[in-house]
Amino acid sequence: MIRNLITPAQNTWCPGCGNFALQHTLKEILAGMEKEGRSLDDVVLVTGIGCHAKIADYLNINSVYTLHGRTIPVATGIKLANPKVTVICCAGDGDAYAEGLDHLIFAAKRNIDITMIVHNNRVYGLTTGQYTPTSPLGFKGKSTPAGTTEYPFNPLELMLASGATYIARGYTRKMPQLAQLIRQGIVHKGFAFIDVLQICASFFNMTEYYQSRVYDLAGHDTADFEKACAKAREWDYNRDAPIALGVFYERALPTFDDRYPARYLSAEERSRRIRDLFEASG
Amino acid sequence: MKEVSVLVGGKAGDGINNAGAMVAQLFNHLGYFVYIYTDYPSLIRGGHNFALVRAADEPVGAYNDRIDYLVALNQETLDLHLPHCPDCTVVANADLVKSIKSGQTVSINTILKAESAPPITGNSVMIGAFAKAAGIPWEIVGDVFRRHMPKAADENIRVARRAYDEGLTTRPIPAIAGPPHTLLSGNEAIGLGLVAGGLSAYISYPMTPSSTLLHFLAGNAERFGLKVIHPENEIAVILMALGSAVAGARTAVGTSGGGFCLMTEGLSFAGMAEIPIVIVVSQRTGPSTGLPTYTGQAELRFVLHAGQGEFPRLVVAPADAGEAYTWSAAVMHLAWKYQIPAFVLADKTLSEGTYSVDYDRLTGLPVADPVLWDGQAPYRRYRDTPAGISPLAFPGRMDAVVKMNSYAHDEDGITTEDAALVTLMTKKRQKKEAQLKEELIRYPCVSVRGTLGATTALLCWGSVRNACDEVAARLGLRVIQPVVFSPFPDQQFSAACRGVQHLIAVEENATGQLAALAREHGVSADATVLKYDGRPFTPDELGRRVQEVIAP
Repeated sequence: MIRNLITPAQNTWCPGCGNFALQHTLKEILAGMEKEGRSLDDVVLVTGIGCHAKIADYLNINSVYTLHGRTIPVATGIKLANPKVTVICCAGDGDAYAEGLDHLIFAAKRNIDITMIVHNNRVYGLTTGQYTPTSPLGFKGKSTPAGTTEYPFNPLELMLASGATYIARGYTRKMPQLAQLIRQGIVHKGFAFIDVLQICASFFNMTEYYQSRVYDLAGHDTADFEKACAKAREWDYNRDAPIALGVFYERALPTFDDRYPARYLSAEERSRRIRDLFEASG
Repeated sequence: MKEVSVLVGGKAGDGINNAGAMVAQLFNHLGYFVYIYTDYPSLIRGGHNFALVRAADEPVGAYNDRIDYLVALNQETLDLHLPHCPDCTVVANADLVKSIKSGQTVSINTILKAESAPPITGNSVMIGAFAKAAGIPWEIVGDVFRRHMPKAADENIRVARRAYDEGLTTRPIPAIAGPPHTLLSGNEAIGLGLVAGGLSAYISYPMTPSSTLLHFLAGNAERFGLKVIHPENEIAVILMALGSAVAGARTAVGTSGGGFCLMTEGLSFAGMAEIPIVIVVSQRTGPSTGLPTYTGQAELRFVLHAGQGEFPRLVVAPADAGEAYTWSAAVMHLAWKYQIPAFVLADKTLSEGTYSVDYDRLTGLPVADPVLWDGQAPYRRYRDTPAGISPLAFPGRMDAVVKMNSYAHDEDGITTEDAALVTLMTKKRQKKEAQLKEELIRYPCVSVRGTLGATTALLCWGSVRNACDEVAARLGLRVIQPVVFSPFPDQQFSAACRGVQHLIAVEENATGQLAALAREHGVSADATVLKYDGRPFTPDELGRRVQEVIAP
């Protein structure tokens, strides 16, 4: 049965919000999976807390609406317990790069087979406009009325340094490419990281800025780590530069979940082994 | 009670724990019940370590002030302990101690040289010398080595035998009729209990005194079909564990107070999203980093109240390895039946202490079964039911859209701010607590021990119960030990206190946390006997302090 992929929950994103494009893209990807005969019962969406996370209420698939910053450990636990399911994380930039940065680095280090989509609008929306780790230097937000005094960091460079095996950047106004990047990330066996530039219609509308700078990373060798680093550094999320979109880096490595094979023991076998251990300790 | 105590001391890195364990096994095979306490600083090398082995003809779970044998690997051991036990029999390492007034010495270096044995076998020399001094038959010594030191048993047996042959029997310990028991540390017992409760994943970040549970389960992961993971920090620990449980795997985490501080947001998430999880908290001396390798009971209130908001939780504090085993299994089953966070609250004394356990005499507790979805679509993760328990389905299950949520949510798991729905769902969670409280009436939530009809009673919890048992036996007192703290077993607790005229709370904290809790539940302690220096009460010390309170 083809399910209705959208729940009856009322959508409360602002008009013009980049999240609409991401939700639509994910919906299309899910519909495509279903058409190919994949059961969506085997897909779990894990979200953090923030505007992006409302997608858990809106998409009619298994979901865990977790805590701010904590998508990755929850997703990791799900994948370890049931390696058959496809786990997709949607996190905000505050989630992924501030509150939960440690988990992001470790997910890349472990190469856990999940897909991490960062809704990177470079501002806290739900808390009404404060700077995030990817806001440009001098960003005037409600907590930094005189402008931020710190540089943003470059999440792509960070992921390259941390060992992520699939690193891509998309943009919500380039939807066909975005869909392709996410689809490829889901297919990728290992930790797939996709930084998605999206605008915040209410607090940081960067549409014109992005429109005039983004370009497609056509012909880039995604197996070349050094070239990936160079491309990732081209735009540092702060100073003016062309903004490349596409897959920066991809490589195949054993995954964390593969290293923990399922070992099923019957209740009787378990009891026998407990009993044996009791006896051995006497 | 027939009893004998041996203190084995040396510097950190000397393998004092293993030496203590071997001495304990010698007594175990002589027919005694044993208890081992290990005392060590937060160091890897250097510093003074000692293991206290107490053996008796009845179960014991505490060490006492009296020491009968002092096995000293170095001079510091003599300097620190001999003044407190001037009559004890000394067996000392001749290489590192100055002259001794009485007792015997054995040179580890000489024996290792004669046997061409590596330094790691040095402790076996001391064990051989001790066994001879205590008159333990060589067959038992050899058996214990073969059974409990199977790695390089021959080499160890050779050096032990040489020391045994060179030594003299000065203070023989009689064998008593009785089979050897299983010797388990509290943490091993908790681990085995969790496995008996169906554990499939254990996730933990190292923190004393919980780390040996992590080590035990990691070392036995293959044997028990477990996934044992050590993530980046305790925040990841609890959230990873919750993810694992969401996917249907029975999962536990373990930590101490500081690590648990980092888990509290995840704890509250488990409460709201109704995710079953077992949390083992082993207390050490606080606050803050405190005394990492010493004991305490100052986290009862913390564990009872941790996490924002109100949600049901199960809190159980066992006193010894047997209780730790049976209750850890029960805690896992109940966590899954009620889809709640559930605690095993231990302390350093229990976690790292070793106890004699008789598998066949452990009191089995009921097995609570989870409520599973019957497959009738549509699946509603938070369906309201008379008992408040929503049938479980896990992502990956056909035709179930499982939506879990940390926000206030409706029965489908969709976020809501609707006042009536928020009220309904809060009541739903409260119904689970009421139902759990009802179910726990069938469990021994309060242990009443000692002289049951005595009008003077010791009120205690956790590992302190063992010292209380001994004091109660000596002074003819009743012991009241709540094992379950949340939901509080009011009925069993008031029944346990019936007829008590003089109630003395005994706790290893500075404020009397159980005494205050009892007061909330209508029972006031007349006095408190508190200790908060990181060392457990010995029965001798506790007996003196209780007597001061009874007859001032």
